[in-house]
Amino acid sequence: MERTAVRGRLTWQAATVTGLTPETAAVVTITLDPPDWPGHQAGQHLDVRLTAEDGYVAERSYSIASAPGEPLAITVERLEDGEVSPYLTEELRAGDQLELRGPIGGYFVWKPADASPLTLLAGGSGVVPLRAILRDRLRTGSDVPARLLYSARTLPDVIYRDELGQHHDGVAVSYTLTRAQPPGWTGHTGRIDAGLLADAAWPATAKPLAYVCGPTSFVETAAAGLVGLGYPPDRVKTERFGATGGH
Amino acid sequence: MSPISRGFRGRRRAPAGQEGRLPPGQYLTEDFPVLSAGPTPHTPLADWTFSITQGGATEQSWSWQEFRAVPSEDVTADIHCVTRWSKFDTRWRGVSVDTLLDQAGQDAPYVLAFCDGGYTTNLPIEDVTGGKAWVAFDYDGQPLEPEHGGPARLLVPHLYFWKSAKWVRGLALRDHDAPGFWETYGYHMYGDPWKEQRYAGD
Amino acid sequence: MDALDGNAIGGLLIDVFGAEMTAATGTCGACGDTGPVAGLVVYLKAPGTVVRCRICGNILMVFVKAHGMTCVDLTGMARLDQPGAA
Repeated sequence: MERTAVRGRLTWQAATVTGLTPETAAVVTITLDPPDWPGHQAGQHLDVRLTAEDGYVAERSYSIASAPGEPLAITVERLEDGEVSPYLTEELRAGDQLELRGPIGGYFVWKPADASPLTLLAGGSGVVPLRAILRDRLRTGSDVPARLLYSARTLPDVIYRDELGQHHDGVAVSYTLTRAQPPGWTGHTGRIDAGLLADAAWPATAKPLAYVCGPTSFVETAAAGLVGLGYPPDRVKTERFGATGGH
Repeated sequence: MSPISRGFRGRRRAPAGQEGRLPPGQYLTEDFPVLSAGPTPHTPLADWTFSITQGGATEQSWSWQEFRAVPSEDVTADIHCVTRWSKFDTRWRGVSVDTLLDQAGQDAPYVLAFCDGGYTTNLPIEDVTGGKAWVAFDYDGQPLEPEHGGPARLLVPHLYFWKSAKWVRGLALRDHDAPGFWETYGYHMYGDPWKEQRYAGD
Repeated sequence: MDALDGNAIGGLLIDVFGAEMTAATGTCGACGDTGPVAGLVVYLKAPGTVVRCRICGNILMVFVKAHGMTCVDLTGMARLDQPGAA
């Protein structure tokens, strides 16, 4: 059942952490059971709020990793000098409460009724909302063809690697590794550029809808690259994370 | 009251014995957070000037070379950001605002610092004189980085750090205290961290 | 420090406007550029949240939280239409 974007005020609720799954050495997927979740659309995010005993409060936003209808999940990358991500990825345990509110976002969302071919460009942890889109596509039985181009530093940094490696009709996944490649690597290397996009993205003539997500510098380059391929700017949806991921 | 997040430690308080150094509501940080309301300006040094103005007229102006030829001094200070982080013993080198105002030979009850990118902040003249303020060009022994306000920023450590305007290009002498950028949006006109003067009305 | 975009203030906009606004259409009062709020340039790490026009850099929105209230300044915005508005 599809739900529309939230109307009215958002309220905080304490969700129970039901599971923590390492995805890579620095990335953990956290599944959550909120008491009053209204549902969401693929692409949306939620806000998390942590309160220390002395009253200190920290808030962050995380893209929702799960598709509508699945157990709610976020995927968090641990940042070296982060304040919140080390807590979420190293301290948090199943059974703990995590305050959250959501879902949030009405622009960077995918609607299963949309028949446009999908070009998905992911930079690092920007893959999280795009994975939710692909899972929603599968769950709803959509047959729109999708091409995901995922830019990561190294192969061990690729999040959801096994899942993305599963073949699904109409979904093509390609990678570009920017810092180091394993021996015998046949995928792309280096940062996204016009040549890589011409190879991996839908041509503009297919009238695709693009979702580009990742660090700001990645998004600027990749989105400009699609516009350079002839994508109308309003057919390129962007979501920028901080330089080191997350908001 | 929000539920406590088990095991979340948040930010540090002051080390034992140094609690009196931390103003109310502040936390200690080891790093140097970068806060900005806009893109980092990059004015070439050949184009850079620092000016003292009054009534729209420039009373005195220094090019970068002239500014660097003015006697400067080392400063070590604790700094306090209104977003609640504080950093102890930060080390700077800069020109005392007293020196610059003396060379300009002008006086007024208030100043408005103006900067590349359009940022402004207002201060009483007493708070930028008497050895309380500098135009700083080095941080921690190195030239001040652009993201931290380089080539030069105002340094007024006894007030909240939004008064230490980054990318400063001059001081406008004023008869009246008129709100600068953040003051216009509701921040305190004076900003004493020891009285926790964060917002207008505090 | 990189700027983010209007997606990053989705929650803040709901608090202030009582509705999802990232898909709303904003028009810059200085240069006339029009587009979704999600595409605007957002500076989060400051004493307040500053939202600028991507084309000309003009400040469109400023949010300051003080004394339990959020103050909003929209004077840089010529127009802000709800998503789906005519």
